[in-house]
This record gives sequence, structure tokens and C-alpha cells, in this order.
Amino acid sequence: MFNQTLTQIGAALRAKKISSVELTQTYLDRIATHNPAFNAYVTVDAKTSLAQALAADKLLASGSAQALTGIPIAQKDIFCAKGWRTTCGSKMLSDFIAPYDAHVIEQFNKAGAVNLGKTNMDEFAMGSSNETSYFGQVRNPWNEKAVPGGSSGGAASAVAARLCAAATGTDTGGSIRQPAALCGITGIKPTYGTVSRYGMIAFASSLDQAGPMAKSAEDCALMLNVMTGFDERDSTSLQREKEDYTRDLNKPLAGMRIGLPKEFFAEGLSADVGSRVQEAIAEYRKLGATIVGISLPNTRLAVPVYYVLAPAEASSNLSRFDGVRYGYRAPEYTDLADMYEKSRSQGFGEEVKRRIMIGTYVLSHGYYDAYYLQAQKIRRLIAQDFTDAFKQCDVIMGPTSPSTAFNLGEKGDDPVQMYLSDIYTIAVNLAGLPGMSIPCGFGDNALPVGLQIIGNYFDEARMLNAAHQYQLATDWHTRCPQL
Amino acid sequence: MNWEIVIGLEVHTQLSTHTKIFSGASTTYGAEPNTQADAVSIALPGVLPVLNKGAVERAVKFGLAVGAHIAPRSVFARKNYFYPDLPKGYQISQFDLPVVGMGALTIQVEPLSGNAKPYEKVVRITRAHLEEDAGKSVHGATQGMTGVDLNRAGTPLLEIVSEPDMCSAAEAVAYAKTLHNLVRWIGISDGNMQEGSFRCDVNVSVRKPGEPLGTRREIKNLNSFKYMQQAIDFEVQWQIDTIENGGKIHQATILFNPDTGETRAMRSKEDAHDYRYFPDPDLLPLDITPQMLEAMRATLPELPEARRARYVNDLGLSAYDANSLTSSREMADFFDACVATVSNAKLCANWLIGELSAQLNRDGLDMAQCPVSTGQMSGMLARISDNTISNAGGKDVFRTLWAEGGDADTIIEAKGLKQVSDSGAIEALVDEIIVAQADKVAEYRSGKDKLFGFFVGLAMKASKGKANPAQLNEVLLKKLAG
Repeated sequence: MFNQTLTQIGAALRAKKISSVELTQTYLDRIATHNPAFNAYVTVDAKTSLAQALAADKLLASGSAQALTGIPIAQKDIFCAKGWRTTCGSKMLSDFIAPYDAHVIEQFNKAGAVNLGKTNMDEFAMGSSNETSYFGQVRNPWNEKAVPGGSSGGAASAVAARLCAAATGTDTGGSIRQPAALCGITGIKPTYGTVSRYGMIAFASSLDQAGPMAKSAEDCALMLNVMTGFDERDSTSLQREKEDYTRDLNKPLAGMRIGLPKEFFAEGLSADVGSRVQEAIAEYRKLGATIVGISLPNTRLAVPVYYVLAPAEASSNLSRFDGVRYGYRAPEYTDLADMYEKSRSQGFGEEVKRRIMIGTYVLSHGYYDAYYLQAQKIRRLIAQDFTDAFKQCDVIMGPTSPSTAFNLGEKGDDPVQMYLSDIYTIAVNLAGLPGMSIPCGFGDNALPVGLQIIGNYFDEARMLNAAHQYQLATDWHTRCPQL
Repeated sequence: MNWEIVIGLEVHTQLSTHTKIFSGASTTYGAEPNTQADAVSIALPGVLPVLNKGAVERAVKFGLAVGAHIAPRSVFARKNYFYPDLPKGYQISQFDLPVVGMGALTIQVEPLSGNAKPYEKVVRITRAHLEEDAGKSVHGATQGMTGVDLNRAGTPLLEIVSEPDMCSAAEAVAYAKTLHNLVRWIGISDGNMQEGSFRCDVNVSVRKPGEPLGTRREIKNLNSFKYMQQAIDFEVQWQIDTIENGGKIHQATILFNPDTGETRAMRSKEDAHDYRYFPDPDLLPLDITPQMLEAMRATLPELPEARRARYVNDLGLSAYDANSLTSSREMADFFDACVATVSNAKLCANWLIGELSAQLNRDGLDMAQCPVSTGQMSGMLARISDNTISNAGGKDVFRTLWAEGGDADTIIEAKGLKQVSDSGAIEALVDEIIVAQADKVAEYRSGKDKLFGFFVGLAMKASKGKANPAQLNEVLLKKLAG
């Protein structure tokens, strides 16, 4: 049952083969058994989840159920959910009970879905291994010594271990796609502005975008149908007509042009990951796609540009956590400045403080032009690279991450090595494009490999089409770890 | 020693929207602390700003009123600093791309000293930009603690920055008053200075003629024109004394203490913040379409300057009268309403600037609270204008209108204030006096002109004050001449 797609689970619920309460309880039991090993959830609230399930059962009985009604979904702990502790993986918010619902949470509530719990994450979404969480590291269900990736590591781990039917994540520089790749699941970051950021605790506002993490492209499409839509409370939310992201799933791929950027297959890519990706491309060729060699010449600048812009925005976004109105306040201090200093140095972890320092520096008088402004200019060049590339192809493919999951603690001492694990995903956020990761085999260490699919603006349906057709032809996405 | 004074102003005007600039929370003044602090005002995790269109419209309206360039695209920026009343840890403002660019304001200066004559001057406005207000720290709210009231946090402000074009306290005050009048006139702010809706920061420096600009010091948060003048006078003298005694002026932010009449440094340039401005990624650039610009232009009333010119050129009023009548939109509108029915502009002007203004002052009211309506006032003025009553009779009617209401004609009737304009009756009355006062008439005719007043007094008394004064004068002059 835990391997069923959302479509199958939904059908079972509507056919009364199982109730939402039973289903939710089954997942809660499974979480109780296995979560201690993976630490994928920060907060589970059985009572609240079951109450939602009971309400969903009423909807199901009345025949007014929608696609996701009654289905237990895990929510990344970056989304404010009314009455739920919402920590963002930080000591700063370890006791913060959100008084309101994020747009994403509202959308799932309207759809009658069940909030199964809040998933672990890197602190304030800053990290690629889920090791920066105040609530402890998350483990990869394929190998407990390995990281699940980050920052949506809890969500990826939970989906891979089948501790939820599907999950939400957020992606600022690869935080959906990289953990999806490392845990062998499917995740999509939509075009910037497609999912409202209202109620999603900000890391880097111009890059943050929420999206689904699930067992298949088809499940992701159903999740996107719920999560997207214009929201006037987010000024960067795009006013577009509501789409059905499942509409193109079954289109044949014949004639689809797939671009392979040469920069994605250069130095730094592990041989096993490179091989799996090439095998996947071969599969696409079989499915009728045409392969085109392309170039994204500014790829090497994406990581440095990102580590100027994202920390700059973060340093400002995280200023509100000052111990004055809510959140952690140091128990002892001598005056106002001391209260700020102690509350923030005790409430934030090392990685968050490192980025606040970087961000503060690059925005400072005398450095702004050399760092922030320069980075903004290169950001436009990176976006232009993609615009040019999409004149030659319909989607771009390549590896999601340069290697399979690394071991816990392996890159902890070397932030730059850690940052490089997002080298193929970051440019997509800088350009605001949609990107996804689907499983395409296993590396030498028997850990999953992810294939990244990058689409043009608003081309999610086409990307999901490409992913779904591959998943019809292969079974990598159905593999799951033996617990 | 000859010194030149250089002054520029930064004025924070609270815009009169009902809700905050980036949220739907109310902006009503004086509510219980934090009852108007919604999720955005408190800066809860995850909340986002959404721009209030009403604030933008008001900013555009201001820009048009000062003939400024309105930026087709402007940008909101974050000004980062920590303070308990700044909930996000940054203020959303506009930095290098403000919505309103260079404009100008014509001011009428009345020198404070001696016999200098009033004059007109054009002050350039550098820019005006939208921003949000901070909250308020309430010191000692609880024993040993500071409270934070976020009701005001997020209130829309328009910061209006002038060029350093003013060279005396009188010019600075005239500019501030003209600006204060303008923002109320075009309806973008209530201008309430006690409630902080119009706050002035004044930059002051001095130099020798022909020399480059001196170092300026900024007097913060002046909320009265009187204090502004006192503060500038004190500061200018302090700067001159300091330099003449061999000292140097250091850039600083200073406060004016109304109790001592002195200015005092708050912080020096050395502790100046690095605000780390950068474009706010939560807000899109602000685009002003030509359509919006035209729509706003259409809502602009006739501006004070245009109306002042009309009063002088079309109605033949003096510059002084025109200035007084345009000191507020309410006054000018009241005047226009009176002139529309009475058509004797000078008469209307005299009454509004004189009797009506004096009475408002005595009762501590402003024009909007005037108990006499334009209809009542012009009813009375019409009767003076058509000689039914005298000016003195008018005062009587006005006092009654003010205290009890009613209409002029009824009051004139009831009080018997109608003046005698029947020339036969006046001539008969004058004839009687000439007969009865033969001695005085002889004295008058032999050259004692001053006696004329004596005859006027007698005749008035005889008519019980109702004789038309002009007519009476005329008849007396003729008959006394013999």
C-alpha cells in the first residue's frame, strides 16, 4: 500500500476500501516505528492529523472529495501552519506556534488533504545535507550513514521511506531537487512565482520557491495542481490561469528536443552519476526524443553568484529574529545590544550565522557594487544563457547532483565543497526556471542517482510529460529502500 | 562678519490612507497599543508586504502638484538596522529610484525682522519617496522595561526632500508652511502636527559668501513651526560662534529642546549606521502608467499658487489678501463660495481675513469647524454689499449667526438693523441739525474742517445709527458747504 500512487490511494479512499482515518493512522504507526532511525519529522501531531482525516472522511462520504482529499501529506517545517509548531529547523523558532496558515497549507486544507506532520530541514533551509538542523541530522533511508541531501532532507527521507504519501519542499538553490536525487524520489521546483511564498519562512526571497516531492512525476503533477495559483498576498505571485499539470503526461515524446549542456558533464562529475545520466538519455532517445548539444557558458559562475545574492537577502530576511516579539531570547543580557547579540548568536546555528555574515558584508558600504551589483549582472547573464539554449531545445537534461549521497559529517568542515553539491541546480533558481529531479538508477555505492530536467518558463507540464514517459518505460522510481 | 545660512528640509508626511502601506491594518491614531498590529506589522515569520495603491496615488498627486517628474518605474529598497520598534529589522523605503523626482514649490516669505518687505521665492524639491513608519518604543511602560507599540509601524509616509535653497529661518518656516498647506490642500495628508503627521528635519550649515557649503548638522523631528524657527536661530548662532571661536562644525544629528530653546547633538557621523540598502525582493518595481498619471492629474484641485494668482489678477485683491485667503483650502473654498453670490471680492476678503478669522482664533477653531456656513455668511455680506445694512450692522448680524445661527435677513429684520438710505429722510435730518447748530456750522464754514465728524456723529445719533454712512456723508458735505 505504501508504494501506491496518489491516484491509486485517492481511488481507494473514494471506493471506501480504506478510510482517511485508517490510512492516516497507518502512516502514523509507520512514522512511530521508523522515524527514530531517520529523524525525518520534527513534529508529529496525531490528534490534529486524525481530526483532519475524520473531516476528510466526511467529505469523501458526501461525494465532494477532490483528488487529494484524505491523503496524508508531510509539510516541510518552513510553512506556517496554524496551531502547529513551525521551527524552520532552528533553535530560534523551536517553540514558535504559527498563528496562521501559509498559502500552501491553506491550499492543502481546501483540498481536504491531511497534514501528517512537519518535516525536518536544514536550519532556515541553509544546507545541502540536512546536517544544520537544530533538531538533528536526517538520515538517508538507502543508507543510514549517508545524508539525505538538503535542505528538504526530511521530506525526501520521508517520501523515500514511505513515511507519507507525498511531501512538500522548498527550493532556493536545489533544496527540492538535490535531496530528491539523493533519496531516489521525484521532486519539482516550479517557475518562480507559481506557488505563493505567503507563510513560507523566507531564506532568499528572489530565489525561494515551493514544490512537491513525491514518488513519481504523476504524483508531483497532482500535488502541483493543489499548490499553485495566484495569491494577492505575495506580490511576486504570478497572475496566471490555473493549469492542470497532468494534462500532458501521456503525450508521446517523439520529436522532443533534449539539450545536454556540455558544462554539466565536465570535471567534478562522478563517473557513476555521469554513466547513469547517459543511460537515461539513451532511454529518451529510444522514446523518440532528439538529443542536442548545448552550452550554458556561465554555469561556473552560478555558485559564486548565488553565495553573494542568497546570503545578502537572507541577512536581511533573518533580521526579524531578534528576540523582541517572538522566538528565542537569551535568558540573560545586560542591555538592548547585548540582548540582540546573545539571542541571535545563541538562537542561530553556525551555517546560518556564516551566511548572515557573508550577506551583511556584501551589502556593506564600499562592497555593494563589487559584490551585490556585480552578482545581479551575472545573474542576468546566466538567465540569458538559458534563453539562448531554449532556442535549440525543449527541455535541458543533466545530472541533478555531481555525486550520490555523501556520508554524514563528510563535508561538514568544508562549506565550499558542500556548496558545490548544488552546482547544477543553482543556475535554475537564479534564472527563475522550473527544474525537477527524477531517479535514474544507482551509483557504485548502491545509492540513487537523479536526472535533472530543466524546462522553459511555465513549461512544467512538458517537463512532467518527459518525466512521466520515462517512468512508464523504467522502474527506478518504484524502487524503495528495505527498512 | 558676514555669514550665509544654508538650509534644506526633509519632511515626513503621513499619507491619509485608512490602511497601512503594506498591509490591511488600520492607521487610525490613538488606539490602544498593538491593537492595530497585524501579522505584517509584527513581522511574523513568512508574511509578505503588499503595496497599498492609495499611498502610491497620493505620492503621485503630490508629485504632480509640485510639477515634479514622476518616475515611470521606481523601486522599493530595504534600509537595514536593528531597533525594537522596527519589527522586520529593516524599513521598506525608496533609495536610489524614488517615485517623485525634481520639482519646485513657490513660497511667500514674510521676513521676521524689521521693515523688510515680503517676497516670493522658488524652493526646489529634490525628490519625494514612499516609505513605512516605524513603531514606537514606550519607555517605562512597565517597571524597568521598555514597551513596544507597533500600531504606527507600517503607516505610509511620503518623505519630501528639498534642495538647500533656503537661507533664513523665515524662508524655512515659509517653505514648511507652504508644504503643510499643500499636502492638506490636495488631500493626501491630514497634516496633524501634534499627531506626528507632518514632521520636519532641518539641515543647517553656514558659510562665508562665495565659499563652498559648510558642514551641516541635522535638527530632527520638529513638529511645530515656532520650534523650527527657534531651533534654526539657535543653531545658526551656535555654528557661527563655534567657527568664529576657532572651532569646527562636525556632521551630526541634533535635537531641539523647546524648554531651553537649545539644540544638542544626538549622535555624530562616526556612529552613523551602514543601512545596507538593497532592492526589496518581496516587492516588484513600482510602475506608474500614463493612465494612472492622467487619472491623478484629473483629481487635482486648483492649487494654492494658481488660486492666489487668480485672486490678484482676476479679482483685484492685494497680494496680502490673496496669501491669507489661500492659507488653507477651507478658507479659499469658503471665500470662493461667498464671492460666487456676493461678487464684491474685496468685501468678502476683508470679512474673512478680519472678523471671521479673528472669531475662529478666539474660539480656537479651524476653518473646517466654522459654525457659520458659506450660505449664512454670503447672505450677510450681500446685505452689506447692497447697502441694506452698514458694516457695523454686519458685525452685529455676524455675532448672532456665530452664536445662534439663523439667516441674515431674519436677524436684520428682528434687530431693526436696516439702514436708512431714503435721501429725503436723511436730508430732513441734516437740515434740522444745521438749524439747531448754527454756531458750529458757521465755525465749519469759516474753515474748521475737523467739525465734520461732529456733524456725522449727531446725524447718526439722530438716525439711531441707521443712516447709510456714505449717503449721510454726501448729504452733509453738500449742505454744510451752504
